[in-house]
Amino acid sequence: MDGLDDIVEEFLVESHENLDQLDTDLVALEQEPDSRERLSSIFRTIHTIKGTSGFLAFNRLEEVTHVGENMLSRLRDGVLSLTPERTSVLLRMVDTVRSLLTAIETTGGEGAVDVSAVVAAISAAMEDTPVPAPAPATPAPAPVAAAAVVRAAETVVAEVAVGSVAGSADDAHGDVADEAHDEAHDEAHDEAHDEAHEDGHDEDVPGEAAAAGAPATGAARPEAQGGAQRRAVADSTIRVDVDLLDSLMLLVGELVLTRNQIVQYVGRSTDTDLVRASQRLNLIASELQEGVMKTRMQPIDHIWSKLPRVVRDLGIQCGKTVRLEMEGKDTELDKTLLEAVKDPLTHLVRNGVDHGIESPDRRRAAGKPAEGCLTLRARHESGQVVVEVADDGAGIDPVKLGAKAVERGLVTAEQLARMGPQDVLQMIFLPGFSTAAAVTNVSGRGVGMDVVKTNIEAIGGTIEVESEPGRGTVCRLRIPLTLAIVPALTVECAGDRYAIPQISLQELVSLDAEKAANAVEEVGGAPVYRLRGELLPLVRLTDVLGLTSDRHDGHVVIAVLRSEGRRFGLVVDRVINTEEIVVKAVGGQLKAIGLYSGATVLGDGTVALILDVQALARRALRTETAERQESREAAAARSIAAEGERQRMLLAAIGEGRRVAIPLDTVTRLEQVRTESVERVGNREVVQYRGAILPIVRLDRHLGAYGTSDREVLEVIVYSDHGRSVAIVVEEILDIVDGGAAVRSDIDDLGLLGSAVLGDKVTELLDVRAAILAADPAFYATDHTPASSLLEV
Amino acid sequence: MTTATDTPARATSGQLATFRLDGDLYGVEVEHVQEVLRSQGLTRVPLAPPAVAGLINLRGQVVTAIELRERLGRPPRPAGTDAVVIVVRLHGEAVSLLVDSIADVVDVDADDFETPPDTLDGQARELIRGAYKLDGKLLLALDVQKAVGA
Repeated sequence: MDGLDDIVEEFLVESHENLDQLDTDLVALEQEPDSRERLSSIFRTIHTIKGTSGFLAFNRLEEVTHVGENMLSRLRDGVLSLTPERTSVLLRMVDTVRSLLTAIETTGGEGAVDVSAVVAAISAAMEDTPVPAPAPATPAPAPVAAAAVVRAAETVVAEVAVGSVAGSADDAHGDVADEAHDEAHDEAHDEAHDEAHEDGHDEDVPGEAAAAGAPATGAARPEAQGGAQRRAVADSTIRVDVDLLDSLMLLVGELVLTRNQIVQYVGRSTDTDLVRASQRLNLIASELQEGVMKTRMQPIDHIWSKLPRVVRDLGIQCGKTVRLEMEGKDTELDKTLLEAVKDPLTHLVRNGVDHGIESPDRRRAAGKPAEGCLTLRARHESGQVVVEVADDGAGIDPVKLGAKAVERGLVTAEQLARMGPQDVLQMIFLPGFSTAAAVTNVSGRGVGMDVVKTNIEAIGGTIEVESEPGRGTVCRLRIPLTLAIVPALTVECAGDRYAIPQISLQELVSLDAEKAANAVEEVGGAPVYRLRGELLPLVRLTDVLGLTSDRHDGHVVIAVLRSEGRRFGLVVDRVINTEEIVVKAVGGQLKAIGLYSGATVLGDGTVALILDVQALARRALRTETAERQESREAAAARSIAAEGERQRMLLAAIGEGRRVAIPLDTVTRLEQVRTESVERVGNREVVQYRGAILPIVRLDRHLGAYGTSDREVLEVIVYSDHGRSVAIVVEEILDIVDGGAAVRSDIDDLGLLGSAVLGDKVTELLDVRAAILAADPAFYATDHTPASSLLEV
Repeated sequence: MTTATDTPARATSGQLATFRLDGDLYGVEVEHVQEVLRSQGLTRVPLAPPAVAGLINLRGQVVTAIELRERLGRPPRPAGTDAVVIVVRLHGEAVSLLVDSIADVVDVDADDFETPPDTLDGQARELIRGAYKLDGKLLLALDVQKAVGA
């Protein structure tokens, strides 16, 4: 296809297919002339071709299809009834269209194909002029210069019309003629075609072609013509039933499983020939798998291509100007997945335009260009496809979002206070949550983010949202490359093996007994691990599954998993392997448990359950929050008795090299607050935090130190109790240490309980109560007990 | 002989594959039975209903195994005895039942059928369609659909 435009090429392939369908439809229509459905389908096809040809400036093509469409619309509306003559002219039109397409494909233009005859014929048939009308039109083109192919086709069809009018042709004769016609026609075609090819267009009709066309009376067989005319564009691709590909994929899945088994058995063998053969098998199976997977791959552009229109229309509707940018159009993924992602993606795009991007006025007011920008990004990343829908709009305000969630009764204010901004954002995926302040025409039509999420999870993908107020929102989909075969990590827990899809896995951490004893800490009763400075909540798989770990040597193996934008560490007994697994559905009883996304057969033939990481996170992290609350209350009572027990301390720097230790179990969470978001109420500093006003105490000032106050981001320790919270600002969070064995001296100072040597440095022990009262004198007004007991160190 | 008035359709003649469970003889329609296997390696499923004994690998297919003793409210199988696995196919899906031992395929006659005795307790009653009175013993007809719908 020398230099054929992509659009034209696609148009050609599509039209060829449509035309074949059209032939069948038209013939079938003769049998049941009243089938509105078929008529509409034919009408649509012609209409599509007409539209595209107009767009691509193929005027003659447009002309033919236009009259055809006219006739079809009348037929469809019942103004005209379908007679064999009309069917014939329609078929003739189809052939003309096909000839035009051929010309377009060979020469890039419409060539010399003459359409006036067929247009006249159709118009005549429409006007109900006596039927022979098309017949005289037929010879007319003969002298006219035209591509042979077209001529032949036209002639044939026109002859049919004549034949049927002039009384039905002798059947036997028809058959013979038919055969003769086919042969002659094909030949004529090839020759004519070749010639047309060599000589370019505007060639006089080769005699044979005309001759071949002429005797070809009897029923023309459009299919046969279609087959012969099938062009290189269409030839280079082949339509395969997706079901066939599915079953191929399934078989390859089984093959991969069997391969895994063989490779495992052979691994123990010493027979070099066998080992070599198994290696070959291994290789071939992998390549076959890849190949079969590729047959199902399509660039994401297939679904993206419709989005510019969506964005444009929606933008106009909403009175916004939005520019759509696309990165990574060529990223390929499985067709089934592509289909599954289409609707959620469209929804996200609509959401982005409708809610994400602000009106031009507001954008200008915020100092942004009036034109909003929506960016679609797709890329491959560690065996997954990552698709992002990013807007540069107003972003999602976690405070408003949180308030709304409370208002809707989705979470309680207390739960909210314990959630990080990331967790708050993820609440937009809760059922019954719509962030649209008003139900607009565009959104609020019942397909909420929860549906998007359900759909994405149904295909084994994940979705998360990130947002920065004022800067924009990013929705990130992580989609597996394919459904059938999933790379997974196999782990052992209480003697059983489980598979964790790699898509959720970020990294593995293995701690030996000595290290684990120190590194796994507790925040208010919940185990956490400090992963490169960040607190990673830990979930013990044994606890979730109600089992008892059989690992007693104190080693801790943590699989760091990501779900819905949150990270957590799953503590397992052992990591076994990474393996490609074939997902098998499990029965209804097991699905109802909601922890397993399926099961698989491992290399050694045993069955392993596949953990549903999303469900696991949802279940474990939520109950964890509730448990933490309980355990915090319990801890308050316990702490007196536990004097001898180890006390965890949070170490923070407050400037001038001073370090302060704060009992960890009084800490609800650690946050970062932008300095510019600090506001003043009277002589107090406050910050808005999830729909509430959080009083601030700056520990440096409170304790008489002077830290650098020109920092952009404040490190904040949030302390909450009984629905009230305060923020304690420190310069830097340093460490969490074990305070039990430290030496304490009783140098009393304002706001301090004393000092101790923690981590080889003298550290002041904060009087949390005093600090809190400094920020919020009313903090303990309602209840005195928990705070005072918490302070028992 | 009076067949049950409420379940007349269930008194069918035909062949039942019979098996033993805690001393009793049970039967399931032969057409449901796909195959019978010796004891298999089971993968337990934490948090599953107690009747779900686990998952077995049936030639690459993952099949749920139902412990019929648990289902019928019988005591657990004595330690040291292996269960026999009956794979049944219902609506195209394979499910397996764990029983004590497999017995013969028996021809039964609708005339010998009677609804479950009133003394049968609740849990088992749901799952047993009735009894066929054979020579010297009773054959309890298991309702496979209900039995696997744990």
